[in-house]
Amino acid sequence: MGTRGIVGAAVYVPHGRLDRSTIAAVAGGGGGKGTRSVAGYDEDTTTMGVEAARAALRAVPEVEVGALWFSTVSPAYADKTNATTIHAALRLERDVGAFDANGSVRSSVGALVAAMEGRGTHLVVSADLRSGLAGGSDEADFGDGAAAVVVGDGADGPLLAEAIGGGRATEEFLDRWRTPGEVRSKVWEERFGESRYVPLGVAAWEDALKAAGLVADQVDRIALAGPHGRAVAALAKTLGARDRAVGGDLGGSVGNLGAAQPAALLSAALEVAEPGQVIALAVLADGADVMLFRTTDAVSSWTPRRSLADQATAGAPIDYGTYLRWRGLLAVEPPRRPEPGRPSASAVGRSADWKFGFVGSSGDDGAVHLPPQPADATAVPMADATGTIATFTVDRLAYSPSPPVVFAVVDFDGGGRLPVELTDVDVDQVRIGERVELTFRRLFTADGIHNYFWKARLI
Amino acid sequence: MGSHGIKDRVAIVGMGCTRFAEHWDEGLDDLLLDATSEAFTATGVTKDDVDAYWLGTAQGGMSGMLLAKPLQLDGKPVTRVENMCATGSEALRQAAYAVASGAYDLAMAVGVEKVKDSGYQGLNAVAVPNDGTQRTLTAAAMFSMVAPAYAERYGVPMGELKAVLARIASKNHHNGARNPRAQFRREMSVEQILAMPEVAGCLSVFDCAGVADGAAAAIMCRAEDAYHYTDHPLYVKALSLVAGNGSGLTDPSYDYTTFPEVVSCAEDAYAQAGITDPRVELAMAEVHDCFTPTELVLMEDLGFCDRGTAWKEVQAGAFDLTGDLPVNPDGGLKSFGHPVGASGLRMTFEAWLQLRGEAPADRQITTTTDRHLALTHNLGGYPGEMVSFVSILGTEPSA
Repeated sequence: MGTRGIVGAAVYVPHGRLDRSTIAAVAGGGGGKGTRSVAGYDEDTTTMGVEAARAALRAVPEVEVGALWFSTVSPAYADKTNATTIHAALRLERDVGAFDANGSVRSSVGALVAAMEGRGTHLVVSADLRSGLAGGSDEADFGDGAAAVVVGDGADGPLLAEAIGGGRATEEFLDRWRTPGEVRSKVWEERFGESRYVPLGVAAWEDALKAAGLVADQVDRIALAGPHGRAVAALAKTLGARDRAVGGDLGGSVGNLGAAQPAALLSAALEVAEPGQVIALAVLADGADVMLFRTTDAVSSWTPRRSLADQATAGAPIDYGTYLRWRGLLAVEPPRRPEPGRPSASAVGRSADWKFGFVGSSGDDGAVHLPPQPADATAVPMADATGTIATFTVDRLAYSPSPPVVFAVVDFDGGGRLPVELTDVDVDQVRIGERVELTFRRLFTADGIHNYFWKARLI
Repeated sequence: MGSHGIKDRVAIVGMGCTRFAEHWDEGLDDLLLDATSEAFTATGVTKDDVDAYWLGTAQGGMSGMLLAKPLQLDGKPVTRVENMCATGSEALRQAAYAVASGAYDLAMAVGVEKVKDSGYQGLNAVAVPNDGTQRTLTAAAMFSMVAPAYAERYGVPMGELKAVLARIASKNHHNGARNPRAQFRREMSVEQILAMPEVAGCLSVFDCAGVADGAAAAIMCRAEDAYHYTDHPLYVKALSLVAGNGSGLTDPSYDYTTFPEVVSCAEDAYAQAGITDPRVELAMAEVHDCFTPTELVLMEDLGFCDRGTAWKEVQAGAFDLTGDLPVNPDGGLKSFGHPVGASGLRMTFEAWLQLRGEAPADRQITTTTDRHLALTHNLGGYPGEMVSFVSILGTEPSA
């Protein structure tokens, strides 16, 4: 088997930030210092996964994805594959497989390992969205977000980092568990998990070094991930990783991204890496998985579209009441308007390119039409287009999962107009002439059907 | 090819109109019976004398049986029509053309809507199964986008424009207060309206049409038969309809300060009626003031004043009850209320009253002493995608 490795990577951190210090006053306890990231009411693990994947692919446009893996602990659907939604939003070819590897935290690193050991180019997307109950440590410690890694053999894009070895250790023991459908994860006494995780981590670490023919001191950066914060810290101490750790400051602004944390830290490591460095990813989740990479010259010319570091310091405050409301943990009176009906599966099927891929059309006169017009012959992908607000309004009457609806008529660069909803927006910032980009969102859910479509957000 | 109209070939000879209100105790059948029986009585005919019926309702139900059942019509053709908020006008148009064709001697157009049974405020469209990408904004929000666009294009400070919009609402409340059939019969000052909280863009609920139940009906015959039924018939001078192709939603050159469908519809109607200067030839106009910015823009689109001047004309009182050209003397959608399928025929009803000198004395317009034409304008849809209807009605047949 030839050399494989990382062709591209990106992280998506949603716009909202919850100030942990505001939690205790309401919940009677919990919270802490700093902030955590909060997915919008119109986001789920699938939409965040789309955003991370778009960012990863836009940095390496020459890459042809051969398979898509999506991994989350909080899937929008069971039974129905969530990866197919991402597949459609990315406009991947029909012969590209799209598979979920969902349920457990470890599934995301598992998908990464599988991609690394597979053939062709794989897009591995992971996302996490977790709440816990009010005042709990999960609520404060974890954040929402997604990460995407493009894994390949260098055939259609240079490797940023070559995979040079790995090790793993699997063991059945009970540390963290959750009944499907429940908000709250339960954990056993922390010291028990720590007693299991640290030796497993050391064993996987030593196996990986052996496979790569390295000694520990030759590892330049260590990305340590896992939901068991105490075990991760203990392993870091054991490995002497503290001064080489990646993303140590993320906890204070974004939080632990859970299932997305391994890929997010890997992406963060690449953002700051220099050529020829060895990067280790170690994940503690129902065992331990260690992957070693050596960066190439290509890493110095690779620039992520939005670095994790930049996203960590961006965002806007979400007050705790809004957070609880968006999470469904605080039931509020819904708008006194008829709720929208469920989308029609067959109608959606006919307009999938438009709905999921934001593909418009153009006719003989070259004018771009959004949505596409049936008489037009040419498809025009517009998801990556930017535009300008021609006029806008704020609708305090219309149904929305989080009123009011902020809505703008957007004229896109290169042609095309669409009246479209804005998101991640402060009403006072909206002006005629403001610049916007598109983002994939969940408009509402009816009869269990998630209605995905695009919104615009201020650049 | 050409749009020739049916000028002076058809006459309206009797009308009826219920009060528009939250009729909690009256259903669709009751409203239909009330409006039609008033029209039968006014015309001096029975349901059996009318040869064909057109029923306009946007969401009241399906098929002509919606009218045939409550009226217990026996072997009559009844067609249910729908064209969004221009549904009532569409019924009028179909019935008039049927009479003009010679197919029937006497036809009735009825419009009705029972909107207050939904349990929700406002109007709520029944959704056709779709792909979920359609806008879900309220009509108020869609039309609210006209206000900032107009202010920007013509350099009107937003505060001043809001005062103009409030004056339109205040004028319509003033007129509606003098109309016993109107939903809202309370005068509202500009200051009171400006103090209301915004609900959609810069619009408050007082910038929006009243939501009411109601019905209206008109009976028409060939013009030469009109005096058989009444000494004061209303002749159909023009009927025009344009269904937009939605290009305003996709075309970046559309700027939300005009409704192109209305402009071309009005041009067609004026050509049919032979009108060259509507501002001085019309005695009155009933226009589709679903929201105050709509009435503002309509003054320009219908050619009542030059582009960019409607806001000044409104402030000068040109369209007041005693103005140059009274607009919505019955209170309009704002004050009379908007039972969707009935509104177009309600507009006709006001022309019927005013041109024949039968409006209550405190809102009888005086322009009718030397002018004998009225315009009704009815639209459905939103800026960028609408249907527009214009009729011209007159008391004098052509020489």
